[in-house]
Amino acid sequence: MEYFFTEQQKMIKETARQITEERIKPVRAELDEKEQFPWEIIKEIAKADLFRVFIPEEYEGLGGGSLDLVLAIEELSRGCCGVSICYAAVALGTIPFMRFGSEEQKRKYLPKIASGERLAAFGLTESGAGSDAGAMKSRAVLDGDSYVLNGTKQFISNGGEAEIYSIIALTNPAKGSRGASAFIVEKGTPGFTFGKKERKMGIRCSATCELVFHNCRVPKENLIGKEGTGFIITLKTLDESRPGVAAQGVGVAQGALEEAVAYARQRVQFGQPISSFQAIQHMLADMATEIEAARCLVYAVARTIDSGATNYTEEGAMAKLFASDMAMRVTTNAVQIFGGAGYTRDYPVEKMMRDAKIIQIYEGTNQILRNDIISHVYKRKGMRP
Amino acid sequence: MGIRIDRDKCTGCGTCESACPFGAIKVVDNLARIGEGCNLCGACRDACSFGAIIIDAPKAAAGPDDSRGVWVFAEQRDGRIKGVVYELLNKGRELADALHTELSAVCFGHSVQGVEELGEHGADRVFYFDDPAVEQFQDDIYTACLVDLVREKRPRILLAGATAMGRAFIPRIAAILETGLTADCTGLDIDAETGLLRQTRPTFGGNIMATILCRERRPQMATVRPHVFKKGAPRAGRKAEIIRMGLDGKPKSSRVKILEFIEDVTERIKIEEADIIVSGGRGLGKAENFKIIRDLAEVLGAAVGASRAAVDEGWIPYSHQVGQTGKTVCPKLYIACGISGAVQHLAGMQTSECIVAINEDPNAPIFSVATYGIVGDLFEIVPMLTQRIKELRGL
Amino acid sequence: MNIIVSIKQVPGTTDVKINKETNTLIREGVQSIINPFDTYAIEEGVRLKERFGGKVIVITMGPPQAESALREAIELGADEGILISDRAFAGSDTLSTSYVLSKAIARIGQFDLVITGKQTMDGDTGQVGPGLAERLGVPFVAYVSKVEEIADGKMRALRLIDEGHDRVEAPLPCVMSVTKEINVPRLPSLRGKMKAKSAKIPVWSAKDIGADESKVGVAGSPTWVAHIFSPKRERKSEIFNGSPQEKVTRLCEKLQEMKVI
Repeated sequence: MEYFFTEQQKMIKETARQITEERIKPVRAELDEKEQFPWEIIKEIAKADLFRVFIPEEYEGLGGGSLDLVLAIEELSRGCCGVSICYAAVALGTIPFMRFGSEEQKRKYLPKIASGERLAAFGLTESGAGSDAGAMKSRAVLDGDSYVLNGTKQFISNGGEAEIYSIIALTNPAKGSRGASAFIVEKGTPGFTFGKKERKMGIRCSATCELVFHNCRVPKENLIGKEGTGFIITLKTLDESRPGVAAQGVGVAQGALEEAVAYARQRVQFGQPISSFQAIQHMLADMATEIEAARCLVYAVARTIDSGATNYTEEGAMAKLFASDMAMRVTTNAVQIFGGAGYTRDYPVEKMMRDAKIIQIYEGTNQILRNDIISHVYKRKGMRP
Repeated sequence: MGIRIDRDKCTGCGTCESACPFGAIKVVDNLARIGEGCNLCGACRDACSFGAIIIDAPKAAAGPDDSRGVWVFAEQRDGRIKGVVYELLNKGRELADALHTELSAVCFGHSVQGVEELGEHGADRVFYFDDPAVEQFQDDIYTACLVDLVREKRPRILLAGATAMGRAFIPRIAAILETGLTADCTGLDIDAETGLLRQTRPTFGGNIMATILCRERRPQMATVRPHVFKKGAPRAGRKAEIIRMGLDGKPKSSRVKILEFIEDVTERIKIEEADIIVSGGRGLGKAENFKIIRDLAEVLGAAVGASRAAVDEGWIPYSHQVGQTGKTVCPKLYIACGISGAVQHLAGMQTSECIVAINEDPNAPIFSVATYGIVGDLFEIVPMLTQRIKELRGL
Repeated sequence: MNIIVSIKQVPGTTDVKINKETNTLIREGVQSIINPFDTYAIEEGVRLKERFGGKVIVITMGPPQAESALREAIELGADEGILISDRAFAGSDTLSTSYVLSKAIARIGQFDLVITGKQTMDGDTGQVGPGLAERLGVPFVAYVSKVEEIADGKMRALRLIDEGHDRVEAPLPCVMSVTKEINVPRLPSLRGKMKAKSAKIPVWSAKDIGADESKVGVAGSPTWVAHIFSPKRERKSEIFNGSPQEKVTRLCEKLQEMKVI
């Protein structure tokens, strides 16, 4: 479909695609095998100015909107979701202070993120607080001119590799939903160490780590916004990054479809390429259709955000839900089309299937998202204008 | 511009448009129009069945050609004359005989071995700049001396090896003398009618061969890659006149100074000198698999070569690369394993006496130049071959 | 540092063949690209600029469509591009090309370094660099594989020779050609693409650079292509049949006949 992208969006797509073709595809299997953080590729992504996409112009960014970021993530995901989450997690970790931080904070941190010199990460989840974020235990207590941070965050993407962390912690447990605050914590701050690095099913090149805070003193100036706004910042941050997560689903599914089509055309059985069998054709047609449907939904949400919409929680959830479930179906079918060969690590599709699974889980499990959606549906009594 | 369309003959058929490798012709309103990208290569003129395209040949030389002699630059390194010089002298002798003229060599160095014997390889005369100052490559001194000598003696043809040294300073000589230079020639001969040197070389990575002439300017200059021509048998006792040349008045040193030489310490046997070469290509899959190539090379006492694909992947250093942008080799036996045989690779080894190709693709172009071919899995064939040779040699 | 990079736009594939019947070239919708070796030259120029400060100007002698190559170079980090184009330049060989480029560089003015790729994919001669250096009256360093240092008006570099590498020192300004070993060219950046899109590329004609008509184009080219043809490949091939063991046995027989074993 012709999406009538702007010049900048076309350039972003081209640039990200070139990185995928020339830098990601040749090494993705090895990165997955060795569970190595893709530093070389991150440097290329930085040199190509892709980190500037989501940073405002006044902080050395390109001032791109939601769709610009979505396109970059989608193209990188076509190559490898592990690499694209390293990139997208930087955006996630930047949004809290980019949207809600002070001028000083923005001027201090954003330019280095725009140039790709520093990576960012978002620290919310804990072992006892996943979907139930409110059950978090991390505490930040004001003491003189700093907050003393104690607690452990779990499953943090870019953990250990990033230098700038947006951390959510309770400043006033008694106040419930107004009891948390957001802080910027830099790597190397005394009392801030890294714990376990997870060994995962997929996105294995991405670093997923525990963050350990033990009497970690965070300067008062690093509080983002006002005390008590931590949960609201969290919700808005996750809302804003949700189209990007959905874009991962679209990207990995697209990559899987391309591999499946190429394979089907050259795999000959019963004297014909299997691409001539209707069973395969129908599978591929369905895959192509649902990828396009997801893409349309994601782009529509992105465009609605870019047009100024402020309330898009429901639509964002729908896009992520649909795109991730679709990606799981499509990558699974891609492996099926490859047959036995697709089950081996000699071909890229089994990795794509392993990578796709996480998209249904992180940034709001699809079950929680369904809860969000139904509450909106009921509020509207299922109607639309 | 030198190219014209005869409007009366042009039918607008468009054959020329398809034939142009530079996309410089467009047929507009049933008439071919030559655009900016035209290189005067003549492909369109040859394609046109109506003779509607005319390329004006440059004006013929005014006056008789008073240049005489075929010269060969006798490159030396560390006091030894390079192998390519003997190949050039052999070819140079052929050219000189065809022109009924003399063959001379020009050598810069100090106490260079083999200068006296250059006569046995066909030289009638040697201009020998024997001085410690030019023992090592000094491009400004070599350039100044050679230019002055050429201007004084006016040779008709000057040949040099397309070596690193040749590439560095021979083009400068051509630029100063404002004459034509053709690089990497694979064929040199004298045109019977005009007496001009016909210089044949590969272009487009070896896909197209071009024959080039330098009609007016002198000397006609050409460089030739090592191992393209044969050395020929020396005629024992044949003497050349050795003329010792002085450096007086020339620059005492070169602007570019050589600080030190760093040898490429890789394999024991250099591929250019090897009689047998075993080469590996993309089919090997990864660096570690070069071991099976090395194993075979070892039992054969052979050198190890590689295609550009293998070198680009970083599996083996560039010094092993055989091909258009690597080395040209001409061994007795060349065994290509997992090499498809792209034209660029063939350009570097197709003159080998015997070529053996091992590749699992029966349509690989390498089989078109192979003397013997095995279609099969190299991971099965090559170790088997190594083992069999070991047994036959009683190792 | 004022760095000039000289590039050439070439057909995107060397897979050009000759129609056997008509002895003419067959070209199928071939894209034009920057000569691959020149991308290493552009990258090195940009890296030196990043290291030592200064500016990178990319120049090319070519038809009007060569402008796209200059824009690509700006995407890759070059600051400016200049197209030297004139119908009079058609049919130029390496001698007249180096003459034209030297006149253009003279018009640009002061420079510290001119960088070229080792050779082009279509002509494969590698002769423009040395010719250019000669006309500019500066030294030429061929096949540089690493620039180690630039200080006190001198460049220390490694250059590739047949047996290994030389470490050389050349005074600046000079001309150098670079090999693929020297770097890994970066991919175009977003800001580069934006800069390239809006860049103004001047076009210099023969008159603009004060070129002597007798030294450009066909008139200025001592060499000319008399004939083109397809390389002949005549060799009797014998492909062995049978099981792998049988094939290896037959080959060994032949090798024994050849006295290799």
